[in-house]
Amino acid sequence: MTPDNVEHVYDALAETIDRVGKEKSELFLAKLALLLSNEIGDVERVLSLINTASLNLDASN
Amino acid sequence: MRPKGRSETESLYFTYPYFDGPSDRNHLSDPAAVAIVGAGPIGMTAALSLAREGVASVLFDAKPTFNDGSRAICVARSSLNIFDRIGVVAPFLEKSLGWTTGRSFYRGRQILEFKMPDSDQEKYRPMYNLQQQYIEQFLWDAVEKEPLIETRWQSKVTGVEDTPSGVRLEVEDPHGSYAIAADYVLAADGARSQMRKMRGLRLKGDNYEGRYVIADVQMPHDYPTIRRALFDPDCRRGATILIHKQPDDIWRIDYQLANTDDEADAMKESTVRASVSAVLNEIGYDGDWDLEWWSTYSANTLALDDYRDGQVFFIGDSAHIVPIFGVRGLNNGLADAHNIAWKLAWVMQGKASPALLDSYTPERRGATLDVFTNATKSARFMTPPTRGWEVMRDAALNLALSHPFAGQLANPRQMTPYTYADSPVVSADDATFTGGPPAGAAMPEARVDDGYLSDLLGTGFSLIMFDEDLAQNVNIPGVEIIVVEAKSNIGKLLCAGPLSAYLIRPDLHIAARWFKATPAAIEFGLKHALAGTKP
Repeated sequence: MTPDNVEHVYDALAETIDRVGKEKSELFLAKLALLLSNEIGDVERVLSLINTASLNLDASN
Repeated sequence: MRPKGRSETESLYFTYPYFDGPSDRNHLSDPAAVAIVGAGPIGMTAALSLAREGVASVLFDAKPTFNDGSRAICVARSSLNIFDRIGVVAPFLEKSLGWTTGRSFYRGRQILEFKMPDSDQEKYRPMYNLQQQYIEQFLWDAVEKEPLIETRWQSKVTGVEDTPSGVRLEVEDPHGSYAIAADYVLAADGARSQMRKMRGLRLKGDNYEGRYVIADVQMPHDYPTIRRALFDPDCRRGATILIHKQPDDIWRIDYQLANTDDEADAMKESTVRASVSAVLNEIGYDGDWDLEWWSTYSANTLALDDYRDGQVFFIGDSAHIVPIFGVRGLNNGLADAHNIAWKLAWVMQGKASPALLDSYTPERRGATLDVFTNATKSARFMTPPTRGWEVMRDAALNLALSHPFAGQLANPRQMTPYTYADSPVVSADDATFTGGPPAGAAMPEARVDDGYLSDLLGTGFSLIMFDEDLAQNVNIPGVEIIVVEAKSNIGKLLCAGPLSAYLIRPDLHIAARWFKATPAAIEFGLKHALAGTKP
């Protein structure tokens, strides 16, 4: 993906999180994770990405 | 429980028998070869399995009748095989409802339809629904006719003591009390086993959060025998509901209680009626219905560390409690009974080494632990234990509305009989095979002419072979030899070559297999399967 592509996805995620609302955003993101995993179709890669996403979460405090 | 005005055994459709305690008192203290404590489905199956091997038993039950309520209602193919082996399968096939299909719904929309493995090669369907009191009735009809079984109802075992030659039981009935000596005892006295308590043993494991009410209603509801699971339905938001059809227009409705629900209130007749009514409304049934029976249930994975304690063997719920989602409570108990019965008989008759009895725990406790693994997965989906499991379960269900792959997460993993790979009496699998069932696995079924492979097996050990000349060179008394062509459907199923052989135990598990067998290897394999003694 080009930086423009990434920004496009970034915008769409932000807008959708707002649109579905605080109560449903977790459900939405979990669904999206399952959908993307299914598209990637590579369990090791998905598990590695799950781990990657869980790193550094405290840095946003 | 039953509606107000009806006793625990006053059913809408089933007449519970009443059994007196033993009136003939003279022989009560005569020693028994095997004493079986508990005349439920597991105890009766053990008694019948022993009798088929020629071993006499005395069966004790504290109650004057069968267990109340429908309880365990799903009888698996593997259990039908056991009933077939002990000659009682006919009434089960006549009365029960066989099924293969399950449907799961989320917020009223179907997200999954699954079919359990089935084909025209199978003698029995993957599952049959039948109320437990019918299961007990059909077994009792056979027990009553069996001269090798003496049943003593209203007889409570109040003491158990080891003796140099076996076990001594203290028994109390309405007419008095007495002691009886037994060489072996099978404890089949259920989840709240007094035998377990008297032996100072405890079940170990985990309790789960989810609590369910299970209720039976009678109604002329027009829906096939398909198991329905309702996730997050309008009538009970956040809960899971299971619906099963049973014979006699009886429907089992299991509904999950919320964490905030008070159990005493949930068990009130008025609350049960309102809850059931809401479920029926949800599935579009608006006709009349009668409330038959209800109870509660919570998911546990509990087992004894060792199913053997001296000469006492624990079988069924006395040894293990598993979550209902895997439908393995009754079915595993029946397999326990069948497993210990042939081993005990062969040891008592000098056809096998006493060490054979030490294979009971590894084989059957192994099966329980396997159920725990699978049932824990099912329970986590049915009843998410933490926020993480809940978020992902809800995401999977929601995504399943549009994407069938996510619906597969709602598929209750269908359990196949456990493979006794680590058993001390199962030979190491022959790695020369390119496929087929490994040593320790349950023998697969297959069509042969107008019948089935299982019909050809002997009552003891059997050999399935593929070469007449090799078969001629194997001559072991009591071992049934079945020769089929390697190119036949059975040969293909077993991935056999012309010189292959499968050694099948009395309980239909594979004791050993050889891709290229020799008579000496087969004799050695049989000896290993009997823990050292040749028959």
